[in-house]
Amino acid sequence: MSVLVVIECANGEVKKSSLEAASYGSKVAAALGTSATAVAIGNVEANALSSLGEQGITKVLLDNDSRLHDFVAAAYVKVIAKAAESENSAVIVLSNSNIGAAIGSRLAVKLGASLATNVVSLPQINGSSFTVRRGVFSGKAFSDVELTSDKKIIAVKKNALDIDTAAGGTATVENFSADLADADFATAPKETIRQSGDILLTEADLVVSGGRGLKGPENWHLIEDLAKALGAATACSKPVADIGWRPHHEHVGQTGITVSPNLYIAVGISGAIQHLAGVNSSKVIVVINKDPEAPFFKAADYGIVGDATEVVPKLIEAAKALDK
Amino acid sequence: MKILVCISNVPDTTTKITFSPDGKAFNTAGVQFVINPYDEYALTRAIELKEALGGSVTVLNVGEADAEPNIRKALAIGADDAIRVNLKPTDAFLVSQQIAHYAQEGGYDLILMGRESIDYNGFQVHGMVGELLGIPTIAPAIKLDVNGSTATLEREIEGGKEIIEATLPLVVSAQQPMSEPRIPNMRGIMTARTKPLKVVEPVGQEAKTSVQNYELPPAKSGVKMIAAENAGDLIKLLRNEAKVL
Repeated sequence: MSVLVVIECANGEVKKSSLEAASYGSKVAAALGTSATAVAIGNVEANALSSLGEQGITKVLLDNDSRLHDFVAAAYVKVIAKAAESENSAVIVLSNSNIGAAIGSRLAVKLGASLATNVVSLPQINGSSFTVRRGVFSGKAFSDVELTSDKKIIAVKKNALDIDTAAGGTATVENFSADLADADFATAPKETIRQSGDILLTEADLVVSGGRGLKGPENWHLIEDLAKALGAATACSKPVADIGWRPHHEHVGQTGITVSPNLYIAVGISGAIQHLAGVNSSKVIVVINKDPEAPFFKAADYGIVGDATEVVPKLIEAAKALDK
Repeated sequence: MKILVCISNVPDTTTKITFSPDGKAFNTAGVQFVINPYDEYALTRAIELKEALGGSVTVLNVGEADAEPNIRKALAIGADDAIRVNLKPTDAFLVSQQIAHYAQEGGYDLILMGRESIDYNGFQVHGMVGELLGIPTIAPAIKLDVNGSTATLEREIEGGKEIIEATLPLVVSAQQPMSEPRIPNMRGIMTARTKPLKVVEPVGQEAKTSVQNYELPPAKSGVKMIAAENAGDLIKLLRNEAKVL
């Protein structure tokens, strides 16, 4: 009857968002008086998984079928459904990533479960009913949602809840196989194109973002240099993606990516309501804009009125002077 | 090729969101509703595919009568006909059942929709519809081409993209830059008036979630301004005061 946590791995390591899911799942298990088991899929070794004990996971089921190194929804769903069956799990926790949402939605149908995505709170448990808080209206509001089925699937928003390592244990790792057939890999990618070296925007703790106030792509190095000095990911506003200075996958906002880093630095972005929706769950927001009336200042914690080309070099210098 | 495009009727992206005093309902007074922007990428791509390959584009909305102006807009943009399932879309599974039922009835090769609606942000319906129909879902796709019974797609993943070939029928959820949305022209608006819009009754009706109330995020306590000439002090404040560096 354990709580099952789905662990995503990349480059031999557990993703930070999955550590958050593990921590969340352990707390739910404690509240239900049971234990938390993880199921790990992807390119990872057993020794990287035993440390999930720190987040309170007691057992990890590892399916290291090499065909699972790329994400294929049908195969992943089969592995997790089998793990849920063998653990007799009524609660499944995953991270609210593209992968988590793709798996969660299929699993919900397969298992007849209630599904909540984009979840930002631990559940209030009342008998067999869970109520969780989730982000709605693209970051402009929250709603409390009751999950009414006996089985529940919860997809936890990234960086919404802290990783608790108080449990401090070591998880046992068991090999697990769902006997996958070739047909389960019908939609496997033919090719994967990865940007190398960059910090993933959706996993980043720190984000430096640029808008049209940069004046032109020739000044984009200011954003990149500041990001590099801080160890941050880079992002941009919608107009910058629309005019082609930057690719669309860096566009943060209501119809782009929603981020919730610890620090979001917006350079030359006025703060249209659609952009704010994509960033307003960031813990600290810094706004640099030459227009003192820019609406973004109302949503900021720190602000500087000034031209990007003058202010950002000073920030880069100060960031480089920080001892790491 | 028969394409079904599922559209949601959502508040315009510029909407300032407010709720009733008891937090139970979204205030729709004065709010402009639009086709969900992600669904519009799906709709435009469907029309482009139809223009290139022949076939038909049907739009489907699970919603009440107030969604009809935006269903007509989808017809004006270039869809051939429309179905409205007369049901308030309160739960992803409830909506998915309607789509799966009418998709099966119509025998479509491709079922397209946006990656998520910008109101509920569930990011669930495409996966649920795929599972209910027993066919794959590719989500979120940034590129979609069709050749015979094979679709070639690009899926966005964290830190890159994947190229996928899949056999139809298929559910695909769209994200930028799949297509450039179109503005309906006068001829489109005129012909849309006479295109068929069928209103059908819901099937199933089993919700798995229920919204209890809404709340706005807490307001920021105020911005601390730093003079431009002392910009470097910001970095120190971020380390020593905000403790994020």
